[in-house]
Amino acid sequence: MALDRKIAYIDLTTGEIEIKPIPLEIRKKFLGGRGLDAYLLYNHTKKGCDPLGPDNTLLVSGGILTGTCASATARTHFMAKSPLTGLLGSANMGGFFAPELAWAGFHHLVIKGKAEKPVYLWIHNGEIEIRDAAHLWGKTTTDTQWAIREELGDEDIKSAVIGPAGENLVRFANVMTGIKNAAGRTGMGCVMGSKNLKAIAARGTMDIKLAHPIEALEYNKRFIEQITSAKVNQTQGALGTPFIWGATNSWGGIRTRNFQFNQLEYADEIEPEAIDEVCNETIGPYHMTGCFACQVHCRAQYRIPSGPYAGKYDEGPEYTSQGAFCGEPDCRSMETLLTGNHLVNQFGMDNLETGSLISWAMELYELGILTSKDTDGLDLRFGNDQALLEMVERICYRKGWLGDILADGGVPAAEKIGKNSFDYLIQVKGMSNLHSDERATPALALNVATASRGSDHLRSRPAIDLYHLPEEVLRKIYSNPVPYDGPLSSEHTSYEGKAWEVFWQENCYMAVDCLGICKYHTVFLGATLPNFEDWPKVLYYNTGLEMTPKEIWDIAERCNNIERLFNLREGLSRDDLKKGDMLNHRYFDEPCRRGAPDVIGAKIDRKKFQKMIDEYYEHHGWDKNGVPTPETLKRLGLENEPSHLL
Amino acid sequence: MKKVLMIDYEKCTGCRLCELVCSVMHDGVSNPARSRIKIMKWESEGLYVPVSCQQCDDAPCMNVCPVKAIFRDEDTGAVMIDYNLCIGCRSCVAVCPFGAMNYNVIDRKVFKCDLCGGDPQCAKFCEVHAISYVDADRISTYKKKTAAERLYTAQKEALTLQSPA
Repeated sequence: MALDRKIAYIDLTTGEIEIKPIPLEIRKKFLGGRGLDAYLLYNHTKKGCDPLGPDNTLLVSGGILTGTCASATARTHFMAKSPLTGLLGSANMGGFFAPELAWAGFHHLVIKGKAEKPVYLWIHNGEIEIRDAAHLWGKTTTDTQWAIREELGDEDIKSAVIGPAGENLVRFANVMTGIKNAAGRTGMGCVMGSKNLKAIAARGTMDIKLAHPIEALEYNKRFIEQITSAKVNQTQGALGTPFIWGATNSWGGIRTRNFQFNQLEYADEIEPEAIDEVCNETIGPYHMTGCFACQVHCRAQYRIPSGPYAGKYDEGPEYTSQGAFCGEPDCRSMETLLTGNHLVNQFGMDNLETGSLISWAMELYELGILTSKDTDGLDLRFGNDQALLEMVERICYRKGWLGDILADGGVPAAEKIGKNSFDYLIQVKGMSNLHSDERATPALALNVATASRGSDHLRSRPAIDLYHLPEEVLRKIYSNPVPYDGPLSSEHTSYEGKAWEVFWQENCYMAVDCLGICKYHTVFLGATLPNFEDWPKVLYYNTGLEMTPKEIWDIAERCNNIERLFNLREGLSRDDLKKGDMLNHRYFDEPCRRGAPDVIGAKIDRKKFQKMIDEYYEHHGWDKNGVPTPETLKRLGLENEPSHLL
Repeated sequence: MKKVLMIDYEKCTGCRLCELVCSVMHDGVSNPARSRIKIMKWESEGLYVPVSCQQCDDAPCMNVCPVKAIFRDEDTGAVMIDYNLCIGCRSCVAVCPFGAMNYNVIDRKVFKCDLCGGDPQCAKFCEVHAISYVDADRISTYKKKTAAERLYTAQKEALTLQSPA
């Protein structure tokens, strides 16, 4: 059974390993994946713990459906206190790692302490071994994975690894598996590096029994049809996430030159169709690949066509790489995009944070806040492709004064740079914003301001808000499984009802993250995709657990509140620019200068924004400061947390 | 032989859904180690090749079996194993030129593709048609068509090059 997958507690200081079952009552409260990780983080870390110290706890997990016959249960979740933000650290990746971990007998790992010297974990059919990783230290993300396979003599081993960036404690180093699947944000690779943990390798051949196998199989077929019949997923399957870039840039939703503009002009060379052409030429007509058991196949394969890395194989580039290496730094070269993407993948470093911080530094350089002395002579102007790629390497290896301070993240770097550099840093809770420009879209602005892991689009973004769906369609989606009769607006520039959309999406994405499936399989980019009413069936056929849509909603709400409690314990406060639910002043003060007619001139109205925050807190049952009320905690059964049950 | 599995590896995305549904269909569990079909991968090149039984006409597994436990299903054309006769010597595993005869270490049994009795789940679930279940005489037709397209395109390109600008 999926429900018999175990939890392992691994102490890297003492080498002790304890393996336990996951009690059914815990499953019924938190399901698994991100939700259960949030419970474990709240229970296994102390207030104010050093994110790079042995007391920080790293959680690694699959969802409750991981490794079953549900569609696309490929996601692996990582959680710890973030060394980038000092708040909740959480990142999720696709690939093949979590299912392999499940076949090896585990759904959750709780990793504490710090190894004396580099080690890696070898998890094989119910057993866990801590092994020496001296020979792996210094290797890139892919070389590490191939070296582990060779050492253990099994090509089917799947590993989650860090690259040089994680070893060098770059605060936004990520964890990677395969060629480009990354648990990208909040520096989970940095936490692994701080624990001297180079990799987690898994291989399993243990059965996962299904409660109702034939029904699970038949339902999976219908589920897949629902997913692949959506136009958005067909486009994803042909062009990958870059297709979003083309659409977003056309109306003026891509921040450019850090935050000076909201559209990259003359960008033909890096449009999704142009990327597709390179993939066609270097790989062939069938160049899309997918994660475990997923039929969306949204990941492109390519070889770098020119430049110093010509011929190197990689996958992507994703929407975020287009922002990091094109829009924000104002570069337009295919070679730069594909090379930058390759470098961060090999180094194991968050593409989004890397590109955003370099673009911020570029703006500071052009303003004279940073000088060529600070950059060791590097001409860090916007549009300087060579300088951009050079900075990627300097950050990974902490080369030079600027490379070293940027590797510590934006907020600490701003303190060192001084002057008014912080005013130009586009971040929330210490984490850089996606390259999307949300000034014309209040719903999306509220999403990035309130996301639990710092500025982020994958925690609560109501992306379908951009589609101008008729109000009755919106109502059908947003008043299930809990009733909602408040305002809803089809207009993306409106502030009406957007707080509810964000609240609803937050629960929707949490549910998906607890189940362990991908967000492309729910109401993220497509309104017709599976939802609360579909998940109980998948859950029942695969695990035998009987739950109503409302019960899954309640679990999601419970887990979101645990994340909130963690953030509050670590110092989140509503209007704090570094640790709160607040946007950079430029969202309110600088109007959009490019794009569609209803976008030009748009900015966020501060008063209306604060009203949205009030509404958003009310929907949650939080007070004016964003703190869950005692009634809310009681309603969700969280009044005794931390309860130390697991 | 009526229908066969046609594998076009170029179309394979490497997702391994076929491995999952194969184990669910036959054993009621999720476990690719029990799958009759397996995706062989060269990940650093992005190359994925599904490998399964070819249901050979002159099947080496059938020929080598010392107890005649391997036979052909007349309805589907699949090469099958009679577990009442099988002694588990794994000679069939050794001689199969495709590695398509497997050995299950959990149940200690050899196992292979049985075309799911005429409704192979791997083909049914493969949306990109890297695996399809087609009439045996159609396989060469599909290949002819692809080759014809190549010829046609090449000729068109050659003509374009020749014509004055």
